[in-house]
Amino acid sequence: MLRLENLSKRYKTGDLALKNVSLEIPDGQLVALIGPSGAGKSTLIRCVNRLVDATEGKIHLGDREITGLSMAELRRARRRMGMIFQEYALVERLTVMENVLSGRLGYVNFWQSLFRKFPKENVREAYRLLDRVGLMHMADKRADELSGGQRQRVGICRALIQHPELLLVDEPTASLDPKTSRQIMRLIRELCEERGLAAIINIHDVALARMFSERVIGLKLGEIVYDGSPDGLTPDVLTEIYGEEDWEATIEKVEDDDESEASDDGRAA
Amino acid sequence: MPMIQATDGPIWRKRTPLKQWLIWGGWLVGLCIAVYAWQLISEKTIWMFVWDAPRQMADIGTRMVPPDWSYMDKLWRPVWDTLNIATIGTAIAMVLAVPIAFLAAHNTTPHKSVRAVMLFIIVGTRSVNSLIWALLLVVIVGPGVLAGTIAIGFRSIGGCAKLIYEAIEEIDQTQVEAIEATGGSRAQQMVYGIVPQILPTIAGVGVFRWDINVRGSTILGIVGAGGIGVQLNASINVLAWTQVSMVLIVILGTVFVSEYISAKVRGAII
Repeated sequence: MLRLENLSKRYKTGDLALKNVSLEIPDGQLVALIGPSGAGKSTLIRCVNRLVDATEGKIHLGDREITGLSMAELRRARRRMGMIFQEYALVERLTVMENVLSGRLGYVNFWQSLFRKFPKENVREAYRLLDRVGLMHMADKRADELSGGQRQRVGICRALIQHPELLLVDEPTASLDPKTSRQIMRLIRELCEERGLAAIINIHDVALARMFSERVIGLKLGEIVYDGSPDGLTPDVLTEIYGEEDWEATIEKVEDDDESEASDDGRAA
Repeated sequence: MPMIQATDGPIWRKRTPLKQWLIWGGWLVGLCIAVYAWQLISEKTIWMFVWDAPRQMADIGTRMVPPDWSYMDKLWRPVWDTLNIATIGTAIAMVLAVPIAFLAAHNTTPHKSVRAVMLFIIVGTRSVNSLIWALLLVVIVGPGVLAGTIAIGFRSIGGCAKLIYEAIEEIDQTQVEAIEATGGSRAQQMVYGIVPQILPTIAGVGVFRWDINVRGSTILGIVGAGGIGVQLNASINVLAWTQVSMVLIVILGTVFVSEYISAKVRGAII
């Protein structure tokens, strides 16, 4: 379980990105975090694994408090949180296999990682994961040879091989076409269900958030303005989060159909 | 501002009239300085020597041909020395330049003061010509190939480290962030997040520097630091012009070959 208590973040520029955010995410829950650009979605996710340090407040993952950890303890805590990035953030000049195995860096020592001597179980698991996401044949390709959707799948494998309890997902579909976006979101949801993972997914696309999450949190100027089920996202709520706009079309299309063509209507922000 | 409203619609100019005049003025001042400087140089030149130059050149030219081809027997060894000076010198420089670059780049340096020291080393080694390093080293370690190698190595550290640390500063930081997010240590972040991104730069810089150093090491023999320059110096001293021309041909050939190799290798890396 992840618990945020009165979390605030003020950047050096003086911008208050998060204001007193408190929330609780039980094990296995898939949460979509929506809100306009600059609402603090990325900051919130990055505070959890401390790529950004919160100014005030506490973060608990299970019974561990993340905010007060030393560097070595933080590394250990980060192993329990897999992160998936908007622009995939794969190491472009390494192979797919190396990228997946890099998810184990928190577990192996420096020399093992330098000489790519990962334990046999890790390599086998990497193959299993690549097979699961349909990229078995790409294992020895360099990451920069892959398409966007393929790269994001590798990113997912890298996060999963950490054996996390929680996935932090930052705009996973922002650089992908509508169909690939749906496939990636579906894959993330399925994998979370298979493994009982909780996930926080930052997402711009309200329609996708409605389709794939169990709970939606709306963030506006660093504050939570909505926290509830996807069905509760009425035009009034969306206006509260994003501002005045015609939201009817966004809400209509929620059928989860792979072949649906008119699926780009939901690109809200 | 540079939009002017005319009767038949707006007119657009890149600059305001004032800026345009200032630019013309700048060119005029530059031209005046050039004319004045030319006049100064002209006053301090002994024109008799200059008028005589073509005849002198023709004179040396005729003494230089035909090149003394038999002298080649004595040149193989110095050519080999020259290549060794360049290659080993470059290797030493690269081995030292990579850690210096990591300590100098602002995104990997452990502390600002360390960065300052590294930048000083980079500027220091770069600003002293390899001939001057060689001059000092001949006194310290004695004449020969060793002095030349160290001189070339020292001179190259700065240039290599500068290009590499600039590459480190320009990497895509999100790749490093991703490694950090997995729980990787600082050292692992470097090996996985940074090194793969700068590897092509390191290889390119190494080859480029080797190419420069082959040219640089041909001259070091002038101050006794080994290589083909020793022969060149000796031949000039005894006015053996046919040998001089032979040495020059060999230098030209060596540089040509090194240029070819570095172009090929660089093509293969990219």
